[in-house]
Order: sequence, then structure tokens, then C-alpha cells
Amino acid sequence: MILSELSALELGAAIKRGEVSVKEAVQAALDAVAARGGALNAFITVTGERALDRADKLQAGVKDAQSPLCGVPMALKDNICTKGVKTTCASKILGEFAPPYDATAAERLERAGAVSLGKLNMDEFAMGSTSETSFYGPVKNPWDLERAPGGSSGGAAAAVAAGMGWYAAGSDTGGSIRQPAAHCGVTGVKPTYGTVSRYGLIAHASSLDQIGPLCRDAADCAAVLDALMGRDPRDGTSLDGRYGNLLSGLTGDIRGMKIGLPGECFGEGPDGEVKAAVLRAAGVLKDRGAEIVELSFPVLEYAVPAYYIIACAEASSNLSRFDGVKYGWRAAEYDGLADLYRKTRTQGFGAEVKRRILLGTFVLSSGYYDAYYKKALQVKAVIKDAFDQAFRQCDLLLTPVTPSTAPRLGESLPDPLKMYLGDVYTVPVNLAGLPALSMPCGFDGKGLPIGAQLIAPRFGEGRLLNAAHAFQLDTDYHRRRPKGGEPA
Amino acid sequence: MIGMELVDYIAGLSQLELAPEEKRAVTAELERIVAYMDVLNRLDTRGVEPESQVFPIKNVLREDEVIPSQNREELLAGSSAGDPEAFLAPKAVE
Repeated sequence: MILSELSALELGAAIKRGEVSVKEAVQAALDAVAARGGALNAFITVTGERALDRADKLQAGVKDAQSPLCGVPMALKDNICTKGVKTTCASKILGEFAPPYDATAAERLERAGAVSLGKLNMDEFAMGSTSETSFYGPVKNPWDLERAPGGSSGGAAAAVAAGMGWYAAGSDTGGSIRQPAAHCGVTGVKPTYGTVSRYGLIAHASSLDQIGPLCRDAADCAAVLDALMGRDPRDGTSLDGRYGNLLSGLTGDIRGMKIGLPGECFGEGPDGEVKAAVLRAAGVLKDRGAEIVELSFPVLEYAVPAYYIIACAEASSNLSRFDGVKYGWRAAEYDGLADLYRKTRTQGFGAEVKRRILLGTFVLSSGYYDAYYKKALQVKAVIKDAFDQAFRQCDLLLTPVTPSTAPRLGESLPDPLKMYLGDVYTVPVNLAGLPALSMPCGFDGKGLPIGAQLIAPRFGEGRLLNAAHAFQLDTDYHRRRPKGGEPA
Repeated sequence: MIGMELVDYIAGLSQLELAPEEKRAVTAELERIVAYMDVLNRLDTRGVEPESQVFPIKNVLREDEVIPSQNREELLAGSSAGDPEAFLAPKAVE
């Protein structure tokens, strides 16, 4: 049995049957981290000894475990708090921060028998689309080491693609799970806003942030979401719902399901190869009995500006807590309290984070609030209505995840506006609080993975995963593994 | 529309210092980004209520249960000032 070829559920089943010990699985993952981790820079912190200790503790109970993921090694994006384990947000300002508590998501996964291998690299404070804004250096794409893995959950996507753990928990504010999943050829889900607790997720834009899984396939995502989702009294925005039956609900039967293709997402925006691959995915779904309907989503062009106004406004407020006083890094020299704040923040934050704090402060400042922030909140309402109208005509929407495949390292950062515009297909989903999934649907001429996005109405995760599962029963894009970073 | 003076003002509100070179670059970038955001003005939103919370839920209350608070030493360990008794900061009021 070659462990790296198994899905998380297949590995979980093999552990339960006693064919593989938890320790063997952990060791295989740590070997992969040792072999490829340096080249890919996917991890900020590796907790190998902790993982081996936990493997020993879990082993006795695996046969009776309820969770299908018991004993399966995984990792967490470094903005999800882990008690006593450094949680840096890929920033200098939190470089030595070891949280005094666990995030609810980390707790829930641990309860489901997860073995964490460590903390994954990302864009600083999840601000970026390439994982290059990390203080700890850029993550490399395992399909081509000269390219970015996407972002901000780039370390998570690269780790899962390269076999450094069988799944990861990331976070998605404007596409930060789906876009790196697309660029690295893995499956990722941004759940309905409010279904996964944000307690212990270091806030970027609180009204948009949501934790979700990056996995090898849709079935693994269903299992991880069953563990992650649920109401949490510690998060006031968390929703009541009927949680926990996503994996058991996967049938692959999508006969009669109506899948909408918004014309605006297939116009001049995406590259030819991306467009063709997503349309071929529509064909596969049609062959399994889905009905394809063409429709219009006329407000697409307003999503990116509205998103960046709202996300930066919230970020500027959320990041005001980083001042060097109660936790985190503090500037070495300062003259008085105000200077301590300024020096700590000026030296502790990177360029993209500062740009967004300034932009957010601007749109909230007196004289500009109505023209930008209030306007963006109105546009958000209009975009939510547009989705409501679309879902009167179909059950799911199918779009590209990104206009192009993975960019070269260094190509995106010099032009932030161009980088923001690359988020055009993913940000509308966060503005409307909807669930969406990214799945591999082909490769371009350079051998880079292409992602297709499925979007569902609120609480539509079951439908979303079932459509992706159906697609993956008839295709093998999700099974292909990149070689980048393997020792020569 | 965005000039150096405005950038100075918002940098002050943000508690950030910008070196002269950085300030010039940031001003140009913000100018470009904000000009692009003006595309929103093409969309008529008269009469649309601004929406801050996508699924409005109000008055989220819970029973007032007594639970153990965070461990004091663990909380203080996060501070760079390294004092075991208190968070230390420079004097704020003369």
C-alpha cells in the first residue's frame, strides 16, 4: 500500500482495519515534509514530536472510533489558533505568538481524531492571492516551483497536493481556499457563512471569513466538514443548522440537477484553456444527468471593488489590536506609548498589510464613508439579490475559479490592482455568504491544474459536494500528483 | 483625488509611519485602486439598504454561566515586555 496515494478517508479506513498504524501514517507524512517541505516552504512550524506522541495516544482507540478520519495526519493554516503552538499569521508581528487557547475548528478536528503535523504558510494575515506576502518567504507551487501556489491558503494547498498530510484546514475571505486549491489541483470548500466557528481564527474581515477544508477529493471534504461544522456559542455569528450528514449523503446521483452557467463568467475574462476546461466539466455533469442552463449574473463587475472596500475596512479595524502591548512582537526602541504603537506596527507589518490598513482606514474616514463603505454595503445587498435570482433558475452555479492558471513567482505583487481583479469569480460568494467548492477540472498546456467552481445557495453544501463527487467519479484530475520539490 | 496630505492623515489614524519614498508609492497605488473603485458609481443603489451582516441574527444571548477564565501566566507570557505580574507599557498620561 502506497500511503501517499490514498485519500484521507481511504487512509482512515486502513488505520481502522489495522493495516496501517497511526504512527506509520504520521511518519510517512513527516518523511514527505522532510523531503519536500524545504523546497515548497509550505510549513511555518512543523510539530513532528507532538504528532508522533499523539499517534501513540490515538492508536489504542482507532478500532472503536466513530470518526472516519481518526488517526489521519493533517495540518492547519497558521491563522488558526493552537494552544501552545506558534500561530504567526505569516507575520513578523505575531512571530513568537503561542496562543493560550485552541480555535474551535482545531478542537473539533482534534475530537475527530486529527493528528496535526504543524502550521501552514500563507499570505500575511491572509492578505494576498499568491502566498508571497508571507514574512517567512513565498510558498512554491508543487506543479512548478517557479510559480505561486495561489493564496492566501497557499501552504495548505501545496501541502495537500504534495502529500505532506492528507488534508488541511484553511480560511477563505475572498477565495483564499478555492483559488489555491485550483492552482494546486486539490479540492477545497468555503462553507456557508456562520456554519464553521470563527472562534480562534485570527480575524481578517469578520463578516466574510470562513474556515474550510482543502482535500484530495470531495468525499474527504465532506468528512472534514462533518467534523468542522456546527453552532458554537463562542461565535455570535454561528448558525443553527442540521449538521453532520454530508459524507453519508454523497450518492453521485445528480440526475435532474440544474446547473447554471453565468454568461458573464465565460466572456472575455478567463483564458481560453480555463474556459474550455470548465465547459468540459459542464459536459461531464450533463452526461451524469444534470441539466445545463445558461443565465446572466449582471453585477459581476461590481464584486471586486465592493469586496476590497469591505474587506479592507474590516481589516483596518481588526488589525488595530496589534500594537505590541499585550502579545506579539514589540519594536526595540520607542519614545512613549503612541510611538510604541507606530514603531511596532510600522516595523511589524508587511507592505500588503499596510496597504490594506490604509485603504480600509480611508474608506471608513469622515467624508469618504458614504461614498465608499456605505456604497459597498449596498452593492453587497445587490449581489446577494442577484444570487437569489440566479438560484430561482438553477440548483448550482458553475464558473471558473480564476481567470488564469498559477502565475509565476514575483509576477503578481508589483501590480496589486491586477492581483485583486484575479479574484473576480470567488469574491461574490463571500459577499453573499454562500458555500462554494473548487475542484480540479483539467490542465493547461504548461501542465498546470485548472479549477472549476460550484456555488450553492445557503446551506447547500450537500448539493455542492454531491455534484463534485459525481464529477470525480468520472474523472481522474483529482488523483494526479505533482512531483515538484521531490529530491532528484 | 488622493494626495500626500490625505495619506499622511490616514497613516496617522492607522498608527503607521511611511518613509517619504514609501509615501509616494502608496499615494500612487491608492489613487489607482480608489479610482477603479469608482466603477461602483455606475450601479444605481438608490433605496437599497446597506447590508453589513449577510444573514441577520440579532440579540445572540446565552446563559450567564461561570466558567474558568484564561490562565493568568499563560496570558502574560504573550507579552514581549516579559513581566510576570502585568502588561507593561510606557506611561500614557503625564
